Amino acid sequence: MNWWYPTLPPNASSFGGEIDSLFYIILYITGAVFFITEIALVWFLLKYRHREGRKAVYIEGNTTAEIVWTAIPALIVVALGLFSQPLWSRIKVDIPADAIPLRITGKQFEWHIKYPGPDGRLDTGDDFTRRGELHVVVNRTYSFALGSEDVIHSFFIPVFRLKQDALPGTSIPGWFRATETGQWEIACAELCGLGHYRMRGRVWVHTQEEFDQWQASQARPAAADTTATPPPPTRRRAP
Amino acid sequence: MSTAAAPVAATHHEHHEMSFVRKYIFSTDHKIIGIQFLFLSLFFLLVGGLLAMTIRWQLGFPGRPLPMGGLFPQTMAPNGMILPEFYNALVTMHGTFMVFFAIMPLLVGVFANYLIPLKIGAPDMAFPSLNMWSFWLMIPAGALMVAGFFVEGGASAAGWTGYAPLSADQEYTGVSTGQVLWCLSLIVFALSSLLGSLNYITTVINLRAPGMTWFRMPLSVWALFITAILGLLAIPILAGALIMLMFDQTIGTHFFLSASGGQPLLWQHLFWFFGHPEVYILILPAMGITSDVIANGSRKPIFGYHSMVYAIIGIAFLGWVVWGHHMFQSGMNPRLGTTFMISTMVIAVPSAVKVFNWLGTMWKGDLHLHTPMLNAVAFVAMFIIGGLSGIFMANTPVDIYIHDTYFIVAHLHYVLFGGSLFAIFAGIYFWFPKMFGKLMNETLGKVHFWLTFVFYNLVFFPMHLLGMGGHMRRIYDPNQYEFLQPLAPMNKFVSISAFLLGLSQLPFMVNFLWSLFKGKKADINPWRDNGLEWTVPSPPPHGNFAHTPTVYHGPYEFSHPQAAEDFLPQNQPLPAAPLQPGGARQETR
Repeated sequence: MNWWYPTLPPNASSFGGEIDSLFYIILYITGAVFFITEIALVWFLLKYRHREGRKAVYIEGNTTAEIVWTAIPALIVVALGLFSQPLWSRIKVDIPADAIPLRITGKQFEWHIKYPGPDGRLDTGDDFTRRGELHVVVNRTYSFALGSEDVIHSFFIPVFRLKQDALPGTSIPGWFRATETGQWEIACAELCGLGHYRMRGRVWVHTQEEFDQWQASQARPAAADTTATPPPPTRRRAP
Repeated sequence: MSTAAAPVAATHHEHHEMSFVRKYIFSTDHKIIGIQFLFLSLFFLLVGGLLAMTIRWQLGFPGRPLPMGGLFPQTMAPNGMILPEFYNALVTMHGTFMVFFAIMPLLVGVFANYLIPLKIGAPDMAFPSLNMWSFWLMIPAGALMVAGFFVEGGASAAGWTGYAPLSADQEYTGVSTGQVLWCLSLIVFALSSLLGSLNYITTVINLRAPGMTWFRMPLSVWALFITAILGLLAIPILAGALIMLMFDQTIGTHFFLSASGGQPLLWQHLFWFFGHPEVYILILPAMGITSDVIANGSRKPIFGYHSMVYAIIGIAFLGWVVWGHHMFQSGMNPRLGTTFMISTMVIAVPSAVKVFNWLGTMWKGDLHLHTPMLNAVAFVAMFIIGGLSGIFMANTPVDIYIHDTYFIVAHLHYVLFGGSLFAIFAGIYFWFPKMFGKLMNETLGKVHFWLTFVFYNLVFFPMHLLGMGGHMRRIYDPNQYEFLQPLAPMNKFVSISAFLLGLSQLPFMVNFLWSLFKGKKADINPWRDNGLEWTVPSPPPHGNFAHTPTVYHGPYEFSHPQAAEDFLPQNQPLPAAPLQPGGARQETR
């Protein structure tokens, strides 16, 4: 992290670059407003500071100026909102249909990732689940169904610019496509209890060959899938 | 239209001797109640600040024992090493104390109580006994909240936002009694706030002195009035949600517990439907105080008074339709995101109007940079940053990355500390002479201001950069993550700055206590201001005004061309206006 020219960390997903661009666009717009207003403020402080014999000018307002400085910010913010809307829809609303499905479940304090196995479909015999390990193929689109077994967690892969809360009792769809191979971290971004700070996972973005090797090494009968979703916890209190 | 104030006679027949208890403890005098709120909320501000510094110790120096940490019991910090569960309680209680027991009572409890009757020319609040109850309910509320630290399992650890199901079932946090106490305390707090709001609204509507028309009210009174309406409408929602949450915790309901068919998102909707108006409850009075002080310090009328009023109303109205921006990543239907993004961004418009009008007020003024003015200008400078950083997270795609990171922490502190707290300091320095009849020391005040301003920025500005680096909120040990390890030096820098920011409050404490007992005597109007409170003795007597004042013009007639001095109190008529070229007399406001 450079203290003087702050930049966002590296990005490794298909939509992360667009989020970063939008961040910088807002940074430039707000940066300009920041400098204009703060410089005006400091300039007024110096120029109109009380001196002997100085008298304030009796001004109650200026309607034209007020209309201008109401209209300009209004136009900028509404335009910015409309301009950003398509990206939001692409990331959160339009989940690609032809993606490789995953099921991600948060649980105090780890992430469970269910893979579709070689057949590419969930809820078949070759599914398998890994704790805290997300292995994906570079430049392939993955969709996920995100859930939680207990409290609210938030599935956060900083390097993918991906964040989505995981809600108990609800399955939330999402997707991503990694664009760089490498190994990074998965975090939980929503306070979820005393182990929140260590609810850490790892993501590997492989080439197809590497992934196939890894998947082959994971192959085992579904019956041995020890980390499959357990039944809901029994309630403490009688109904 | 203004309405006649209570008859003058009413101010006199209470002048019999009152016992000490009735006069200073169970008092119904709005001024005493305001001062009681001042002491109570400054105490909680100190508590919240100490909790914040404890948090910063853990983040800056994870794994190192806390200095004097041996004072903590084994269940919190064995041998001074903060435990993760204690850390979560610290984070929760810091937020809770600061929002509900420091900033909100400082702004509303202190300034609404103290200023509204004085500024509108009323002898007291409309319901003085309710007002007394409003203060005395804060004592059990505060005691219940503090008690959380002393019960088994510790204080609430589910965040100040109390997200269910984490907060709804003790299995998830290990905190049982503390979480129930958190709910109970805030329910009592809600009742206190409601009584206050009812009182402020009624008082402003009914007790304005003759001539005090709506558009002659100071912006501080406007802001406090609109804030009270927000409080009246928003706080019952909080209370309702808290009761539901407490039932989930104690009697086996499942409003928010999904395992039994409840809906966790319902809590967030209810909490933020209250919570976003609450954000404006925490900033509008600060804007009002700032407006009063900046006009005074600039010796100029407020620029665009009417649009300032409409901006307050606009912010308050928009505040009801933006709560979803806290929930963009919550799993709420993402199609709602766009609606909430646009409504949120539109709030930038009235906010910008206010900033430009403050700048316009200073423009061509005669700036007296006394301590209140310095703090009010700092409010404007910092609110600009807090407002602009809000645009990042209002933008739904950008929010995906920065949500729940230190970028949010930076933003909210730029608004709540850089904004609200600087305005609170401006208000305390400005009205202290009226409250206690003593002047505060200007030199100490300026030392306090500059130290606070510098260290405040050194604490919170780098948090934007931490957030850009992806640093999550509310994590006990950031070094658990490899990608956060490079940020450790910055975390250390922020922590050291935070300790210095804490120390920077010493001049304020010394100044406050020293001036209280040994300060120079204040005359009636030390700031040469126009408000009605400056036409009565410092401190004002019980009943405030010997005679109901008549108001002739607005509160910002500074440097009026026909006036002999650069200020003109509201109870003095405008000097005879010259004939306009058209022959009509210049209209008086």
